[in-house]
Amino acid sequence: MAAPYEYEEGGYPQETDAVGYDPNFVPDSVKSFVVHLYRHIREKNVYEIHQMYETSFQTLSERMFKETPWPSVDAVAPYVDNDHVFCLLYREMWFRHLYARLSPTLRQRIDSWDNYCSLFQVVLHGVVNMQLPNQWLWDMVDEFVYQFQAFCQYRAKMKSKTAEEIALLRQYDQAWNVYGVLNFLQALVEKSTIIQILEREKEGLEEFTATDGYDYSGGSNVLKVLGYFSMIGLLRVHCLLGDYHTGLKCLRPIDITQQGVYTSVIGSHITTIYHYGFANLMLRRYVEAIHEFNKILLYIYKTKQYHQKSPQYEQILKKNEQMYALLAIALSLCPQVKLVEETVNSQLREKYGEKMARMLRYDEEASALYDELFSYACPKFITPSAPSFEEPLVNYNQDAYRLQLKMFLYEVKQQQLLAGVRSYLKVYSTISLGKLANYMDLDEPNLRAVLMTYKHKTHAVDSDGKIISNADVDFYIDEDMVRVVESKSAKKYGDYFLRQIVKLEGIMTDIDRIKLE
Amino acid sequence: MVQEATNGGSEKSQLAITVEQLIAVNPYNPDILPDLENYVNEQVLSQTYNLDANLCLLRLYQFEPDRMSTPIVARILVKALMAMPAPDYSLCLFLIPDRVQIEEQFKTLNVLSHFLETARFRQFWDEAAKSRHIVEAVSGFEQAIRAYAVHVLSITYQKVPRTILAEAINIEGVSLDKFLEHQVSNNGWVVEKGQGKGQVITLPPTEFNHPELKKNTADSVPLEHITRIFPILG
Repeated sequence: MAAPYEYEEGGYPQETDAVGYDPNFVPDSVKSFVVHLYRHIREKNVYEIHQMYETSFQTLSERMFKETPWPSVDAVAPYVDNDHVFCLLYREMWFRHLYARLSPTLRQRIDSWDNYCSLFQVVLHGVVNMQLPNQWLWDMVDEFVYQFQAFCQYRAKMKSKTAEEIALLRQYDQAWNVYGVLNFLQALVEKSTIIQILEREKEGLEEFTATDGYDYSGGSNVLKVLGYFSMIGLLRVHCLLGDYHTGLKCLRPIDITQQGVYTSVIGSHITTIYHYGFANLMLRRYVEAIHEFNKILLYIYKTKQYHQKSPQYEQILKKNEQMYALLAIALSLCPQVKLVEETVNSQLREKYGEKMARMLRYDEEASALYDELFSYACPKFITPSAPSFEEPLVNYNQDAYRLQLKMFLYEVKQQQLLAGVRSYLKVYSTISLGKLANYMDLDEPNLRAVLMTYKHKTHAVDSDGKIISNADVDFYIDEDMVRVVESKSAKKYGDYFLRQIVKLEGIMTDIDRIKLE
Repeated sequence: MVQEATNGGSEKSQLAITVEQLIAVNPYNPDILPDLENYVNEQVLSQTYNLDANLCLLRLYQFEPDRMSTPIVARILVKALMAMPAPDYSLCLFLIPDRVQIEEQFKTLNVLSHFLETARFRQFWDEAAKSRHIVEAVSGFEQAIRAYAVHVLSITYQKVPRTILAEAINIEGVSLDKFLEHQVSNNGWVVEKGQGKGQVITLPPTEFNHPELKKNTADSVPLEHITRIFPILG
């Protein structure tokens, strides 16, 4: 699978190469960086590794490698005892930096794939005894899926390919092959036995979440945590393929109603909820989507100031905006505003209030708005199959996105009359079918169909096959009379009292400790 | 719901067991494609259903479009229609490229799906009658759609006029009497005289047509939460 690396020859087709970049030149600061990072990794000093990974690497990139790649791995290898695993990790960062700042050539894309193959194979064979920060392990999975997505997009633009690129694509048809990508993620999940670990944890037989996945008894966290994050990777890949059901299934071992290792890294937290919410939106489980978007948007609102200096900050803001757009869509189709917290709601009104008002009407303009918001906020869908190399070469990079968009707008269209039904149900407690038909300018058979559509579309099927109601306004028909059911806002008193009891107990314990002199 | 009814009781076939094992071992393996196709055919004949297996097959077709068999895809879609109210039909369509969806047989299925999604049962049965070759190839089709129609009626109506029921399930006259008799003795339906014209059927109460039956889940506290205060109580 692995192609021979061609660093030695220096015959690397470097389109991205800035003038004066010498891959073999290692500045002192880089020397010191790799020497220290290597030492901290050997000493399993997670705190220092994290500092160097999150801060030093970014600072150096910003200062010295703004427009050029980092020194080649061969040039730094002598400073780290030519350590095989360290070199794989270094190259992984090397490519990540290249993807973020420059545009990779096809050859580089293929080499990066080979590097992931080598890296994951080392991890899967269990010979890694390192302890790496969760942030880094998450970034690996995240970047792996990102580069796969980027490769599919790149490959689908066939029209602009040179003969040389086409020859390379044919020769290295295993690079970023969809089976390979899925099988690596799946292998990491299985080999790590993470699903069983999470099961055992529920019975109190194992600790994983409590230690944030770290292993404090001398072992390595790498395989376990990569396996854990791979479940989120699988959710994302399946969403990119339009397979929402399977995506959610892959995530099921992680209980997203609770904090977990996925919330220990902001990027993983956001990626999880974004894809989880999107998949639920496509499955018409609107309440579930609204619920989770609300929670994460509130969380981002409260914590984003702490991430301002983080390299992920821009990405956090982008996903934040996209999730507001998805929330606007979900609330337009299912106006359960009471599920949304006040801060989130006011942000939403500010961003989309005016558009949401127009989305309620069903006309051409509303449809265009659904189109706009969906296109802005949806994942970057991919076509996973290899292109046809027959002339004439065609671009197919938009195909997957267009299909998902078309299906979504079709769903919106099927619900087009429901907003009208809603507005009448809100002002009546009882109304005859004849009268309602008259108001809505429909004949009675059509009205009955619209009312049943309302019921069907607001009653989704959950993952266990149970019917769940998403209805904000509900009703039933008694022969020819529509009887509207007032929805009472449900407050969770139980949980509130429980928390107060625990709090009071804490205060009383504190008071007991005070000894009056 | 339909799924449970058909999958339940009866024992699984050897093929079903084999395919489920194959998927469990490796869902991303192109070699299992022929087994998955055979399994679709078995589902069609034996009135069983496995969405995960069918999605797995559509995924493999997505990865290797050259190996796609449109008759198999059509059978998967008919089975997915039969699984309504679950969103299986859309789940399948999300994976089927547009250039395939524009083929005539898929256009027809899309129309049928649209009528079911928008509860236009009269139009649905008319259209289905025109496309017998597609839907009759799958056994249990009419019963499954009737089960869906009854589901939509039951979440909408407390009492439904006989004519509306007849239209939704496409049964009339003596056959409808028989159908009703069966429902009365097995599923708690009540047939009464309506106000004026014809019969009215009282459908069994659920939390969706009798909102007062809805358990206020917000008021209940899960046991795990209570356990937090056990040390205090003790």
